[in-house]
Amino acid sequence: MSQQFRICPDTGLKLYQPAETMIKVHAVAAVVCLLVGGIYGLLVGLTRWPAVHLLPADWFYLALTGHGLNVLIFWCIFFEIALLYFASSVLLGCRLAVPRFAWVGFALMVIGVLMNNYIVMSGEASVMMTSYAPMEAHPLFYLSLILFAVGALVGCFVFFGTLVIAKEEKTYEGSVPLVTFGAITAAIIAVFTIISGAIILIPTLLWSLGFLAEIDALMYRLIWWAFGHSSQQINVAAHITVWYAIASIVFGAKPMSEKVSRMAFFMYILFLQLASVHHLLVDPGVSSEFKMFNTSYAMYLAVMASMVHGLTVPGSIESAQRAKGFNSGLFEWLRRAPWGNPTFSGMFISLVGFGFLGGISGVTMGVEQINILVHNTLYVPGHFHATVVIGTTLAFMALTYWLVPVIFRRELIWKRLASWQPYLFGLGMAGVSVFLMGAGTLGVPRRHWDITFSTTGGIVHEFPAAANTLLALSGLSVLLAVLGGAIFCLIIVGSLLFGRKLGVDEKSSTFIIASPPSDADYEGIGKGGIAVPGTLVMAIVFFVAFAVYYFINWKYLAQTWGIS
Amino acid sequence: MTSLSPPKDRIWWNEPIERSELIWITIVFLWGLVMTFMMPFWHVVGNQNLSTETYRTTPERFMQKTQAFVDEYTVRNEGPRQYPVVKPPPGGDVYMVARLWDFWPIIELTKGETYRFHLSSLDWQHGFSLQPANINIQVLPKYEHVVSFTPNKSGEYSVICNEYCGIGHHLMIGKIIVVE
Ligand code: HEM
Ligand SMILES: [Cu+2]
Ligand SMILES: [Cu+2]
Repeated sequence: MSQQFRICPDTGLKLYQPAETMIKVHAVAAVVCLLVGGIYGLLVGLTRWPAVHLLPADWFYLALTGHGLNVLIFWCIFFEIALLYFASSVLLGCRLAVPRFAWVGFALMVIGVLMNNYIVMSGEASVMMTSYAPMEAHPLFYLSLILFAVGALVGCFVFFGTLVIAKEEKTYEGSVPLVTFGAITAAIIAVFTIISGAIILIPTLLWSLGFLAEIDALMYRLIWWAFGHSSQQINVAAHITVWYAIASIVFGAKPMSEKVSRMAFFMYILFLQLASVHHLLVDPGVSSEFKMFNTSYAMYLAVMASMVHGLTVPGSIESAQRAKGFNSGLFEWLRRAPWGNPTFSGMFISLVGFGFLGGISGVTMGVEQINILVHNTLYVPGHFHATVVIGTTLAFMALTYWLVPVIFRRELIWKRLASWQPYLFGLGMAGVSVFLMGAGTLGVPRRHWDITFSTTGGIVHEFPAAANTLLALSGLSVLLAVLGGAIFCLIIVGSLLFGRKLGVDEKSSTFIIASPPSDADYEGIGKGGIAVPGTLVMAIVFFVAFAVYYFINWKYLAQTWGIS
Repeated sequence: MTSLSPPKDRIWWNEPIERSELIWITIVFLWGLVMTFMMPFWHVVGNQNLSTETYRTTPERFMQKTQAFVDEYTVRNEGPRQYPVVKPPPGGDVYMVARLWDFWPIIELTKGETYRFHLSSLDWQHGFSLQPANINIQVLPKYEHVVSFTPNKSGEYSVICNEYCGIGHHLMIGKIIVVE
């Protein structure tokens, strides 16, 4: 074995030093972006709290642009590239393909982030991350996003190259692990995403430079969302991959069945990324037939896949726990889970929040007609703070706690605080999400500085008093969530700087990995021929909540004006 | 064997599926069918469907049409900006301009009657958000979107912009009055 490899004393994984370095730099860059974006988020959140109304209008729109880009794009994608390197080089125990390219990719991404933050802060690009043409930003804005995307694309190709190396050098036998399979799904979607991004951003850049006369507004939206929507599917595929990984790390869980979990990932590739028209449900120029086709054929199959993961991830945990002897009742397995371990609690809160808050609201508002009720209201940010913050961000945070000792070789500092962090952040974000959705249901617009219309000098509109209450509650939740986010950044940065260094062969003093139950342990678990009755009950509760909420919204729709 | 290591069997697709997975996949699949059915079903029985009737236009052409509409049906001027209040005949066409940063003109409708609204933007993208009826429609430049509305309650409604349209976005508001 070359000296560039070491064996992890805790997990027995074979680690390639250049891959570890790449994982570290991407993870650190990710956390820095989360920190910057989180500060913007605090400012935005406090401005939308009517009693505080912190920022002046121009700063609000600037901060909202910076918030969306730093957290949604930069934090998530930096972390995902780290995840790709982990799922390839680390899990397959092979070298990383062309580390020099990996550095080039990373450098492009960093340049993109710096350039983007510079131009947004200068005030010449307060166009929101969607930058809907014909509203125009400074050319550097589009250029910075192109650079970042190309960097990410390079990262994807290094990942694919690494898979090829592992196969050729036979560092594993049979098929790739499920977690690697999930990462492949994310990477394939990423390639599609970045190509769509190039198709729309390159002409837009040329237009902003004056080389192109016009960008059609509808065409822009159609292609931009092919990019914007599938970029969210990278997040979903990635955080579900993290769920599976954490179930195996904390419980030694194995997939309930490889076939179901892998097919569910595969369906993402087939259906999810094409289903971007739910962003255009109230647009002119797109036919109803296409809207319905695209949201049902292409979307419900993908929704199905997510719902399947929603069963199989907790199901794999339940069966592992039952195999370890926590087999009585419906929920002993869950009660006896390590709720003080932030890697587990973060993952589980992510799972529940993503499904119950993000999933149900997303599918409901993705119905062609129901979308009329909530399009561009605060309901939309309410929905995606459940998916991309409780779902993706919290799952990534949970995994980061584990990466600190394993990859960075540092002990975590302030472990007690760390064990509280997922609850603080999860609860705060659940509040932000639910209260924003509530305000959106009352018609409060998103991306809006002043819903009292005090400066229009003409017509004003008064929202129901409940809207103000909901926004105040959202403001309080913002404080809680920001506290949780700040604690995370503090603990991670603090651990990397001041955490005790672990020796080469030293085991971490925290729990790192569970040994998997044996096949014999798995025999006879569960009740009445069902291996995971607790999970099935939770799934059915979820289904009932979903169906009720779905039909309530149809009823609500039926009460408004006739539209035809 | 966990999700972090290769599957035990090389031929993993022959593994049996656990019963709870089968039950769940069945429920989820049927639910997908129900949801797929609901959208076309609502087009048949429901009263809230966008026709998506759309025409190409230009800001100049659309403004001309709106001006002609205003000239023909204005009944009075109203508010601090003295905007025309336009009362079209029931069943008629209504033109509303979205521009930086207002909706123009003010419209007066009669409850229970149906009107063909023509919406377009003179500049950037805007959001037509009718409150408190909670009807939200995207407005794009160069596309003339025709939507028929049948108000079912009288009162004063606001049209607020809910697509970010630059620094004056929060100034952008218009009005629709529904009378008995
Ligand atoms: C620390 C916590 C956070 C707080 C307090 C927060 C709060 C908010 C608020 C109040 C809005 C504005 C809604 C509006 O006026 O339209 C917003 C928008 C948004 N947030 Fe967050 N957020 C946080 C974290 C995150 C994270 C971690 C992500 C993504 C991973 C995220 C993604 C977004 C996006 C994409 C938008 C929409 C921006 C746009 O409209 O262009 N947020 N956030
Ligand atoms: Cu506007
Ligand atoms: Cu606007």
